[in-house]
Amino acid sequence: MKAPRFAYIRPESLDEVLELLAEHGEEARILAGGQSLMPTLNMRLSRPRLLIDINRIEELKGISFEDGTVRIGALARHAEVMDSPVVAEHLPMIAEAMPHVAHVAIRNRGTFGGSIALADPAAELPACAVALGAEFVLASARGRRSVAARSFFNGLYETERGDDELLIETRIPAIEPGYRSSFMELARRHGDFALAGVCCHAKVDGNVLSDVRLAFFGSEDRPRFADAASAAAEGKAWSDDVKDAVKEALGGDLDPIGNFHASAATRLHLARVLTGRAIDRMVAAG
Amino acid sequence: MADPGGAVGRPLPRSGARRLAFGRGKYSDDLRFPGLLHLAFVRSPYAHARILGIDPAPALAAVPGARVITGAEIATVCKPWQGTMDHLPTMVSPPQHAVAVDRAVWQGEPVAAAVAASRAKAEDAANEVAVAWEPLPAAAVRDRTLDEDAALVHPELGSNLCFSTALGTGDSEAALDGATHVVEGRFSFARHSGIPLEMRTVIADYDPGEGTLTVHGSHQSPWHQQDTLSRHLGIPEHLVRVVAPDIGGGFGIKLHIYGDEIAVSAVSKILGRPVKYVVDRMEAFVSDVHARDQAVAARLGVDGDGRIRGLSVDALTSLGAYGSLGRPPISEGMMTIMMAAGAYANAHYDARLRVAFQNKPPSGMYRAVGQPIACAVAEQLLDWAAGAAGIDPVELRRRNYWTDDDYPLRTPGGLAINRLSPRRCLDKLVGMMGYESLRAEQADLRKAGIHRGIGVATFLEMTSVGPAYYGPSGAHISTQDGATVRLEPSGAVRCVTSVIELGQGTHAALAQIVADRLGVAANDVGVVGGDTATTPYGGGAWASRGLTIGGEAVWRAAGGLRANILELAGSILQADRADLDLAGGAVCDRATGEPRIALSEIGRIGHFRHDTLPPGIQPELAVTRHYVPDAAPFALANGVQGSSLEVDVETGEIRLLDHWVVEDCGRIVNPLLVEEQIRGGVVQGIGGALFEECRYDEDGQMLNASFADYLVPMAAGLPDIHVGHVETPIEETALGTKGAGEAGTVGAPAAIMLAVNDALRPLGARVTSLPITPESILEAIAAARAG
Repeated sequence: MKAPRFAYIRPESLDEVLELLAEHGEEARILAGGQSLMPTLNMRLSRPRLLIDINRIEELKGISFEDGTVRIGALARHAEVMDSPVVAEHLPMIAEAMPHVAHVAIRNRGTFGGSIALADPAAELPACAVALGAEFVLASARGRRSVAARSFFNGLYETERGDDELLIETRIPAIEPGYRSSFMELARRHGDFALAGVCCHAKVDGNVLSDVRLAFFGSEDRPRFADAASAAAEGKAWSDDVKDAVKEALGGDLDPIGNFHASAATRLHLARVLTGRAIDRMVAAG
Repeated sequence: MADPGGAVGRPLPRSGARRLAFGRGKYSDDLRFPGLLHLAFVRSPYAHARILGIDPAPALAAVPGARVITGAEIATVCKPWQGTMDHLPTMVSPPQHAVAVDRAVWQGEPVAAAVAASRAKAEDAANEVAVAWEPLPAAAVRDRTLDEDAALVHPELGSNLCFSTALGTGDSEAALDGATHVVEGRFSFARHSGIPLEMRTVIADYDPGEGTLTVHGSHQSPWHQQDTLSRHLGIPEHLVRVVAPDIGGGFGIKLHIYGDEIAVSAVSKILGRPVKYVVDRMEAFVSDVHARDQAVAARLGVDGDGRIRGLSVDALTSLGAYGSLGRPPISEGMMTIMMAAGAYANAHYDARLRVAFQNKPPSGMYRAVGQPIACAVAEQLLDWAAGAAGIDPVELRRRNYWTDDDYPLRTPGGLAINRLSPRRCLDKLVGMMGYESLRAEQADLRKAGIHRGIGVATFLEMTSVGPAYYGPSGAHISTQDGATVRLEPSGAVRCVTSVIELGQGTHAALAQIVADRLGVAANDVGVVGGDTATTPYGGGAWASRGLTIGGEAVWRAAGGLRANILELAGSILQADRADLDLAGGAVCDRATGEPRIALSEIGRIGHFRHDTLPPGIQPELAVTRHYVPDAAPFALANGVQGSSLEVDVETGEIRLLDHWVVEDCGRIVNPLLVEEQIRGGVVQGIGGALFEECRYDEDGQMLNASFADYLVPMAAGLPDIHVGHVETPIEETALGTKGAGEAGTVGAPAAIMLAVNDALRPLGARVTSLPITPESILEAIAAARAG
């Protein structure tokens, strides 16, 4: 379990990173927290020619709030996000999700941007980003662009990011007055990849839900926004009947991929149970 | 017997743990050797394939200076071995090469070794070795291995059957026919492994100048290694030395002879250089021995008041491709059928066992060998019988235990039992659990839709297995252990033992035994071991034997030294040695306790002032003794475990709330060590109950060979484990100890399975396959709903 040979470079500026990406493209990998990349290299599942270590790039760090938007730098460590008062105040869903992201040692090194860019379908943060309408800022030598979370994830470890692009930050609208979030996950053990996970976000007035946004992870090859289930709750007073309707509708949204930890049918069942519980809790939180 | 004021029985912290906590552990991988080469294996990607050819050229081109050594080359210096047993002529196991020669019979079997200046370069080279394969059909589904059309693991055997047997007493069929309630179940226990934190590691150094082979490695039985290396590499035994430095856990996994480990010595002999190989975690999953992997169908009959009428057990154990050298691969199954319901009075029992080969890694002994299966099957049937008879499950146990008047006895499964204490253990456990109030709370919560479960399981733990099992098999494995105890000039004491320390703390307990025998403090006793060239010969660390066998050897050696010290002191003091005793670091007057001469004086005179001694006095301040259990085939420990848990019947999640163990391991030398053995064992039992499973597809490809997918219990998900003791010293030894290392693992899966089924009982659902997963619980509930 030793990595194959690779070249390593640790640039001091963003421009330098982007030049290297322009030159090496898919033969390069970005090294941020290394919590997924290093095991992949040691298992020889990936053989990049060059590792570009971005840990020295100051402008990729930090978490800030401005004009109703939270900016999370690509290098923000999970532990930093978990402890951030800005995140706790403006992104309660993310705050609720963070303890489910792996384990303490991994959260100390792993980065927010790394989790988004890797696009593991069982990961929490991509689904939160989808539910919350996040935008990802990509930079390359060609310039910058912003991609909505809902159109960023293309499949298993596949995203809209070009080989010469670097994810530099995530911009997430802060929670608005009257809105609530709820996050729930089931895993075999705490910190494992999810068997089922749901991110709920909605305006809650009494027990009436509107602007309902349900996103799921641990189900398919990418985080999935559940249009039908969200619509089934839209404008409704939360009740057992509505809960049943949402669970029923979810069958049209999700087409889970089974494996030996849980079959497709079990994953859909668990997603339904979690959805009911997550919305129960969100409504009750008032 | 030990002085009640002495060290034996006291919860003394062990000095070795402090050293490890200081980061000063020296594991095999920490050792440095000049001129060291590193080895990586080319392993079979197929569960079964013919090796048509091996071309090292691409590897040599990719890594200049590398060497590639094939199984055929290794076979020129290393004879194959065979995992058969002299006393079991019907058990078959074909010859096994250290590294496959013509055919690979499991995914992960080594077929060639690449050697280079670093591990990374060795892996680079191994990756480039071109092997031409002809894939063959594999036998990889447990319950189909004995089918007529199953692929044959070893075609020359004509069948995948390794062994079959039957045993029993009375007429169980008639007894079951006549029983008021008959319960039955089909159980499955997944294949899993032992997962020590430290990987198997070998550094072999063959010195062509002297013809010596020195092996450092993480091994529980270095003497078995020495014997095997000597005989199979053709090196005289006095030139082979095996050293075991610090070991990061073994759990049985490291007591076996592995082809890859022996091959490292063969490669060192071929190259004349020190060679190191560390199994990496992904390789460990496909090369460490696997265990369990058993299907059991069983029936139990009780009469109207819950008394056992008869029991019938039919077990199918699936091995890997080979048995292990010297370690009967059938033990997992034999323990199942011998131990099932052994604590309970029963006259009618029949059992059948079939053991079959599969194209999977070789099978071996993992903590508690077969006993968790025996325990889970029998205890679950008893719980169901209690339900059928309308009797509380704890009460049903009480009615069925052997009574004190029954001992000594032989169980229907063939176990000779001198004495057990299940009633006392159960009474203590029920008190610790607050059993009645737990039942009341369970009933209240059920009204609120919360499904709590309680499981109480009685277990037997066979420990310190003696010569009756290993001797007749012809295995070159000693069931004896030895110790040398020496008085140093300062009056401090050193103990050299054949007992292997692998994290369990036995060496600390040995110091306590020496301390009491010589009247010194435990921290005045140094204990070393783990070197076949310098310690007495012995067995090592397996079958929870450290204190019962190794401890008794230490007791005897220290007793011999005690006699010699008193004799020397008598000569120095011109006193009758019968009037002298040892206490407080001094020779004292036996009658008054008055100190007469310090041990440091004895040490000084005995080592440096021979000129002052009368002629004819030869101080003998080191004594070696050995001990082999000669009065009983094993020391049988017993106990009871309790589990309380909650099942989320919508998600299938299990939350472990509390776990209790009361065990009787005879005399306790150090309760801290016993309790941590129990807790660690329970945790591994929880692993078997809820998490651990080597998943294979039908072609014999392991699907979860990493810690991302092979799940082990994590600290955060574990309940408090409360431990209580009952002490019934055995009478065959001076110390009266029994083993305690496996008790936790024997009983925990049963307690948890019983508790889960207790929680699911109102839904009519049952789980009978371990590990129990959220999905299996949901499926059981769905099946019950479907009727």
